[in-house]
Amino acid sequence: MTSAILVSILMTLVAASTPILLAALGELVAEKAGVLNLGVEGMMLCGAVAGFAVAFSSGSTTLGLFAALLAGVATAMVFAVLALSLNANQVATGLALTIFGIGASSLIGAGFVGRTIPRLGPIFPAALSEHPWLRVVFGHDILVYLSLALVIGIGFFLRRTRPGLILRAVGENDASAHAIGYPVIAIRYAAVAFGGALAGLGGAYFSLALTPMWADRLTAGRGWIALALVVFSAWRPGRLLVGAYLFGAVATLELQAKAAGVSFLAPEVLAMAPYLATIAVLTMMSLGRRTGRLDAPACLGKPFSAV
Amino acid sequence: MLEWRRRREPSLPMLALSPLIAIALTMALGMIVFTAMGYDGFHAVGSIFLTPFLEPQRWADIGVKAAPLVMIALGLAIGFRANVWNIGAEGQYVMGAIAGTGVALLTYQMTGWWILPAMVLAGILGGMAWAAIPAFLRVRLQVSEILTSLMLTYVAVQFLYFLVRGPWKDPDGFNFPQTRMFTADQTLPTVLEGTLVHLGIPAALLLALVAWLLMEKTTAGYAVKVVGLAPAAARHGGFSAERTTWATMLLSGGLAGLAGLFEAAGPFGQLTPQFPIGYGFTAIIVAFLGRLHPLGIVFGGIVLAATYVGGEIAQSTVRLPQAATGMFQALLLFMLLATDVLVRWRISWKRRAA
Repeated sequence: MTSAILVSILMTLVAASTPILLAALGELVAEKAGVLNLGVEGMMLCGAVAGFAVAFSSGSTTLGLFAALLAGVATAMVFAVLALSLNANQVATGLALTIFGIGASSLIGAGFVGRTIPRLGPIFPAALSEHPWLRVVFGHDILVYLSLALVIGIGFFLRRTRPGLILRAVGENDASAHAIGYPVIAIRYAAVAFGGALAGLGGAYFSLALTPMWADRLTAGRGWIALALVVFSAWRPGRLLVGAYLFGAVATLELQAKAAGVSFLAPEVLAMAPYLATIAVLTMMSLGRRTGRLDAPACLGKPFSAV
Repeated sequence: MLEWRRRREPSLPMLALSPLIAIALTMALGMIVFTAMGYDGFHAVGSIFLTPFLEPQRWADIGVKAAPLVMIALGLAIGFRANVWNIGAEGQYVMGAIAGTGVALLTYQMTGWWILPAMVLAGILGGMAWAAIPAFLRVRLQVSEILTSLMLTYVAVQFLYFLVRGPWKDPDGFNFPQTRMFTADQTLPTVLEGTLVHLGIPAALLLALVAWLLMEKTTAGYAVKVVGLAPAAARHGGFSAERTTWATMLLSGGLAGLAGLFEAAGPFGQLTPQFPIGYGFTAIIVAFLGRLHPLGIVFGGIVLAATYVGGEIAQSTVRLPQAATGMFQALLLFMLLATDVLVRWRISWKRRAA
């Protein structure tokens, strides 16, 4: 009996961590290329609504996932044109993207409020995915395994491959990378697009897997938490995994406490927990740091122009 | 082909013109987007942008909505100039209202002229206190104020929900999640008899003037600009970046708190869960539309306030959902950022050399 509860808690933990991990991995790659895209929350919302709308009208969650990915890339490209080609302030452009995502998702989603769709299901056969305890490993949907594979894949790409090295060079010293002949802006476009794709998928995780029902602003600030996790991870995918699952644990505790009817803490206080925890973690990161500016890519957020 | 040339100095005419170009582009783009979504795009944009200005009975409403936007944006803009990105004004706005309401609930059986000023003071201090947290974390620990101020907004909103559903719930309110209504001594006086125009509107205009004098005529304002534009020169010149961060965060937090208190003691007259409607975020657009200039912000505040009023009109005329207003405002910010390129670059049409 208790093991059944433990299994269900672990399943909730994985589900709560996955969307943030996806979005944060995408942002990590963009930031490694020197681009600070604060529009994660907006891209997630656009992905969430596009995924839901397509899954609802086509009946296929797979198509929904593709739509979410494309919506994430499309919104990221708006950011890229403004911030990379027109050299607009990256902070302001990212904020604009978030405000846009909130408005657009709410406008498109207005017709879907309360509608439900079939939930994104596990990819392994029922014998494994519904096994009482093996489902901890085999009972997840494709995005969970994708996010874990990406932690390894992105880590390998950034540290061990030549394109990864070039991407890091662009983020650390754009002028030198340009002088050697690398297309700084094109590489940043690609990194931002990748970030948008993962943010779109992360957003779709809310509308297709977590609560397969449309609700306004259903990502509830998780995009901002993903941004904070990138700082927490010191731009390393492995630590990002730890951070996302730590955050997932806080969110799971919140859910469990609510379900168990913990009476000495008001539900509003529990709802504050993830945000307070994020501030606490950012603060501890700074306290524990010994040197320099937290290992941030040196050109993070700075505009680059070859002319 | 188009030829791009970087200007030696920002173009002054474009500095003034680009917000107007951005507004025109937003109207065109809005028509296309709303039409593509199946609405009457032409009338939708007309309702949002033109009707509020053309119908005099809407002007008071525009003023009421512009006042908090202008107040918040004035503070944010001064911070942005110093490269201090307080994007949690919404939270400071809510905390200001909460602090002021706290005073109101303590004094609800009392009368006296001093009650409203006490609420105003509490509102300013509430907003300042909430902004002091990210200021402290940034100055002492180099934690990004962008993330912390935003996280604190979510905390402030949950705190508001907690109060109005719990300890501050009106005991005579039929269990609705809202506080007591404020008494006459706790309510912002109107300045035009028989209209909604309350004291907050002249206050916002006065504050814009003060902010303009502060930025243009004082050393403190000069320090803010230098710290933002040339941090190294600022250090050399003895301007402290830490002090500037503290000052701009507290100033923007205090102004947001004041705006929150005015909103609570004015149009709302109590606190409800509907209180946070995003003025703190829209004020960011106002600050940019006003080119971070105090007098430009008055213009920006009026334009964005009109989109709120017009958004309500469009709900009834062309059945445009309320969310369209937010998207429209975001499009405006996109266009503003895009047209900014005209200030820094000279773009001309040049025939390709044969």
